[in-house]
Amino acid sequence: MTLKKFAVTFALGSMALLTAGATVSTAQSHVNSPDPLLGTPSVATETSNIDGITGHAESGKHLYRRFCIGCHGPDGNGQGMNAQWIDPKPRDFTEATFKCRSTPTGTLPTDEDLYNAITRGFVTTNMPSWRPLNPQQRADLVAFIKTWSPRWAKEKPGASLNIPPETAITIESILHGRELFQKLECWKCHGPEGHADGPSASTLTDSKGNPILPFNFSTGERFMCGDSNRDLYRIFMTGLDGSPMPSFADVIQPNDAWDLVHFLRTLQVALPNQELTLWQTYKAAHGKDLKPIGPDSAGGAQ
Amino acid sequence: MRMKFFAALALTVAMGSALMVFATPPPAGSGSITGKVTYTGTPMKMKPIDMSKEPSCAKQHATPITTENVATGPGNTLQWVVVYISAGDEGTTTASQGVRYDQKGCQYLPHVLTMLAGQQLQIYNDDQTSHNIHPLAKVNQEWNKSQPPGSPPIDTKWDKPEFIAVKCNIHPWMHGYFAVLKTSHVSITGEDGTFDIKGLSPGKYTVTAWQEQYGTKTQDVTVGAGAATANFVFTATPY
Repeated sequence: MTLKKFAVTFALGSMALLTAGATVSTAQSHVNSPDPLLGTPSVATETSNIDGITGHAESGKHLYRRFCIGCHGPDGNGQGMNAQWIDPKPRDFTEATFKCRSTPTGTLPTDEDLYNAITRGFVTTNMPSWRPLNPQQRADLVAFIKTWSPRWAKEKPGASLNIPPETAITIESILHGRELFQKLECWKCHGPEGHADGPSASTLTDSKGNPILPFNFSTGERFMCGDSNRDLYRIFMTGLDGSPMPSFADVIQPNDAWDLVHFLRTLQVALPNQELTLWQTYKAAHGKDLKPIGPDSAGGAQ
Repeated sequence: MRMKFFAALALTVAMGSALMVFATPPPAGSGSITGKVTYTGTPMKMKPIDMSKEPSCAKQHATPITTENVATGPGNTLQWVVVYISAGDEGTTTASQGVRYDQKGCQYLPHVLTMLAGQQLQIYNDDQTSHNIHPLAKVNQEWNKSQPPGSPPIDTKWDKPEFIAVKCNIHPWMHGYFAVLKTSHVSITGEDGTFDIKGLSPGKYTVTAWQEQYGTKTQDVTVGAGAATANFVFTATPY
C-alpha cells in the first residue's frame, strides 16, 4: 500500500466513521428531544375501517416512524429530511387536503381512499407502493395519518362518488367526449393533443405555490390515482384537491363523463388501448373533417 | 279583579319601557366610524394584464385592466382595504340574504367580497369561457370547482372567519379575496381610500384594517352619538 493509497483509504474510513457518528447522534437527539409522535390522546383512539379491517393509530405510529417519517416528517407536515430533494412535495397531513379521493372537492377522503393511496403509491412521484406492508399495517397507518389534523375529529368524510356502469366504447362516445374536452376547456392546461402544453400549463402552481405540471396523456404514463377507466372517471369528477385540477362533478352528467373517459384514452397514444384503436381507424377515414381542438374551434372559447 | 290585573300589567310594561329608554341614552346604531386608508413609501406597480390568450375576455376591456394587489388612488390612498370591527361588536352575526361574486371579463367582481361566516355565497360565471374557482382556504377547507359558461351559480358558504385568496388556474391573472368575518360592521375602501362603518351603538371598539399585501393594522376607537374618525397608514414596499 503506497502512502497515497493509504491516505485515501484513511480519509474514506474517517468519513464513513463521521457519517456513522452523525447518524447515531441524530438518532440519539431524537430520543432525547420531546417526541412529537409520542402522542396526544387522539393518537391512541383514532381508528380506521377498511373492508372489515380496523386500523389502530397506536400501531400506525410505529410504522409511520419507521417508513414514512423520512419524507412526511416528524410533524406530519411533509417536511421530513428528504422533502427538500423531492418534487412533487410529500403530502402535508396537517392540512388534510388529499388529491386522490372518491369524495367531493373540499371534503375529507374515506379511509378506503387513503388505504388505496398507500397501497398504490403515486407513480411519477417519490411515494412508492406499500404493498409490502400487510393490509392490517396499512390500515393502522391510515388511522395514524388521521391524527395529524383536527378535522378528522370534527368532520365526516364526504359521500363517495357513485360511478354508474361504464357505457359502451363507441366512436359516437369518443366524439362526444372530444366535444366535452373542447367545451370544458380541458385543453387549456392539458393541451389540444393531451401533451400538457395548453396555454395555461406553464403558469400552474399547487396550493402551496410550488410549480406543478398538468398530466401529459401522450406519454402513456399511469394516472396518479389509479389506472382503470373508473379511476379516470373519478379523477376528473372529484378533482385533485390541493392542485389546479378542479372538480367537474357539478357540470358533467354521468353518461357524458364516460364519453370523456373514452376520449381521454385516445390521447394516450403510447399506451395501446381499445379506445385508441377505434379512434385511429376512425381518424384514418374522417380525420380531415375533424375540427382541431383549441381556441379557434367551435365550442367554449371563441 | 280582572280590570285590576290588566292595569297592573300595563303599569309594569310602561315602567319597563321607560327604564329601557333611560338605560341606553342615545338611540342604538346611530354612531359610525369613518376614515381614510393611505400608504407611505413606494407601493409595487400594478401591471396591465395581458388577456390575449383569452380573446373572449380581452375584448371586454377597452384598455387592459391591471392587477389589483395594491390598488392606489390620488393622494396615496389605498383601495380594497377591508375595515371592520374586530372587538367590542354586538352586530349582526347572521345574514338574511346571500352575497354575489361574479367572474366577468376574466376578472373577479368585486375584487374583495366581504361576507359573514355562514352567509350564503353565490358565484356566477358571466363569461363565454370556463373558469375554475379555487379558493385557497387554510382555516376553512379549500376546494376547486370547474364552472363552464352557462353553468348555474355555485352555491356555497364559509363556516369560519378567514381572508381567503381566490384564483382561477385556467386564467392565472384572476385573483381576488373572500373576506369572511364574524361581523356585519364592515366597509371596504373606495378609490379615494375612505370607509364608513355605520350602525354602531356608542361604546369602545377595536377596528382592524386589512390589506391583502400589507396585512392588518388595528386601533381602538370610542364611538359616541355621531361619527368617530380612524385613519390607517400602511407602509408600502415596492415588492
